Amino acid sequence: MSLDQSDIKKIAHLARLAVDETETAELSDALTRILGLVDTMEQVDTSGVEPMAHPLHMAQRMREDVVTETNLRDKVQQIAPAAENGLYLVPKVIE
Amino acid sequence: MQWETVIGLEIHAQLATKTKIFSGASTAFGSEPNTQACLVSLGMPGVLPVFNREAAKMAVKFSSAIGAELGRRSVFARKNYFYPDLPKGYQISQFELPIVGMGKVEIVQENGDVKVVGVTRAHLEEDAGKSLHENFHGMTGIDLNRAGIPLLEIVSEPDIRSAKEAVAYARKIHQIVRYLGICDGNMQEGSFRCDANVSVRPMGQEKLGTRAELKNINSFRFLERAINIEVDRQIDLIESGGEVVQETRLYDSVKDETRSMRSKEEANDYRYFPDPDLLPVELDDDFIADAVAEIPELPDARCKRFVDELGLSLQDAGVLTSSREMADYFETASVGNDAKIAANWVMGEVSAVLNKQGLDIADCPVSAEMLGGMLKRIGDNTISGKIAKDVFEAMWNGEGSADEIIEARGLKQITDSGAIEAIVDEVLAANGKQVENYRNADPDKQPKMLGFFVGQVMKASQGKANPQQVNALLKERLG
Repeated sequence: MSLDQSDIKKIAHLARLAVDETETAELSDALTRILGLVDTMEQVDTSGVEPMAHPLHMAQRMREDVVTETNLRDKVQQIAPAAENGLYLVPKVIE
Repeated sequence: MQWETVIGLEIHAQLATKTKIFSGASTAFGSEPNTQACLVSLGMPGVLPVFNREAAKMAVKFSSAIGAELGRRSVFARKNYFYPDLPKGYQISQFELPIVGMGKVEIVQENGDVKVVGVTRAHLEEDAGKSLHENFHGMTGIDLNRAGIPLLEIVSEPDIRSAKEAVAYARKIHQIVRYLGICDGNMQEGSFRCDANVSVRPMGQEKLGTRAELKNINSFRFLERAINIEVDRQIDLIESGGEVVQETRLYDSVKDETRSMRSKEEANDYRYFPDPDLLPVELDDDFIADAVAEIPELPDARCKRFVDELGLSLQDAGVLTSSREMADYFETASVGNDAKIAANWVMGEVSAVLNKQGLDIADCPVSAEMLGGMLKRIGDNTISGKIAKDVFEAMWNGEGSADEIIEARGLKQITDSGAIEAIVDEVLAANGKQVENYRNADPDKQPKMLGFFVGQVMKASQGKANPQQVNALLKERLG
């Protein structure tokens, strides 16, 4: 499988990465090589192997349902670029 | 052309845990903005999610209630997208291995037939924050108190064929989560949200039509409206030569229309992958047994028991089991009393006053025990059903128990036949003309005319004469 420059643009957009035109050719080559590696790995017979969800062979530990956090708003909002009336302000998003 | 509607619902039920799914921040509703947004909710670098045991327990209860295959091993995955109410840039959800697998619920259709609707899966995920678009000099305000509240997303099979069925299914899920106590079900506050995937296809066609996903539906009534409007829109579109586009559409209840949500037009490509911050969740037998042991009797079983054991009609049993609170109230009130009379009181007088005052049955000033006490006095003929309405009103107004009110107001029914005879004779003597009319009247008309005398006797006795005795005595005297 190989990626063309429009794939790179799409991936960059989904990840909100600013990739300029001069980089796309190089990136499509690099990513295509990675996919080539994946193709090689796919030739291994994995029937009977359970997909790995996590490299550690352990189960998730669970927490009791008890409130442990306190109100950090004033502290945290000091480092926010913009806040007002307790709300974080961001550039306008319209539905 | 004849069209068939195909609907699948995605229901997001906010789980009623005290804390968030991956942190110890409170989930209390209505707090000041961002006062419950801890570092995990804010998606600060370096923080790690820690899974809430209670959320897992609630999912196990739901799984058991819909007879689903429980995912004893489930995996959290990252669903990647950018939106300001999701500061991490991904939502922790479940993808390939959800905690609840295939299950089903039964709904009652309009014609009374039972239909089975498949539940494809239900998975745990974290809620996002809220965006407020007004009044911030051209900026959007973000409140992250909701970010991280546990959600159970319940996905149905495309088994639903009409807006009415969709509402019946949504109500059934609502009833189940409320009975289980895992979600408060408040649609206005957004604790229970329905998205509908709607498509149409020519009747008899196997292949599904292109679907639109309807969002922003915050009541069962709007769910029905939104689906019907969308179905009409799709049929009109196809019949006039157009094509349905797969997209997300918002329902606008004010304009009563659905419209395209342009911001999400971009093809959804969430690039799910297992979240490396969380290990697979493995549920052992003890954990499951503990959760299942806490499940109360569920609505369908309870409804059947009310019919089989208490002799109620299916319809009455359905109304009384619509919520757990109402069923509990009824059962407590009916102990030692005639179940049908208790049912009539709960569905009649009690519900009417609650509706009028906009109260829930849990806030009813007349407790189930108090109502039961009053029903006993109807049962043993201390008071008539008519007087009972006055007693109920007095209990509602805080004048005490039924017995106290009956005593204080002297409402005890007169069952002494001598006393009733005296009042009857008095009434007949004072209404000579009517007595004569009655005796000369056509026998068919007499029963109706008797009502006049009954009314007079009841009035003279201030409602306290036993109505059956009054009737019998009047018939005897007038006959």
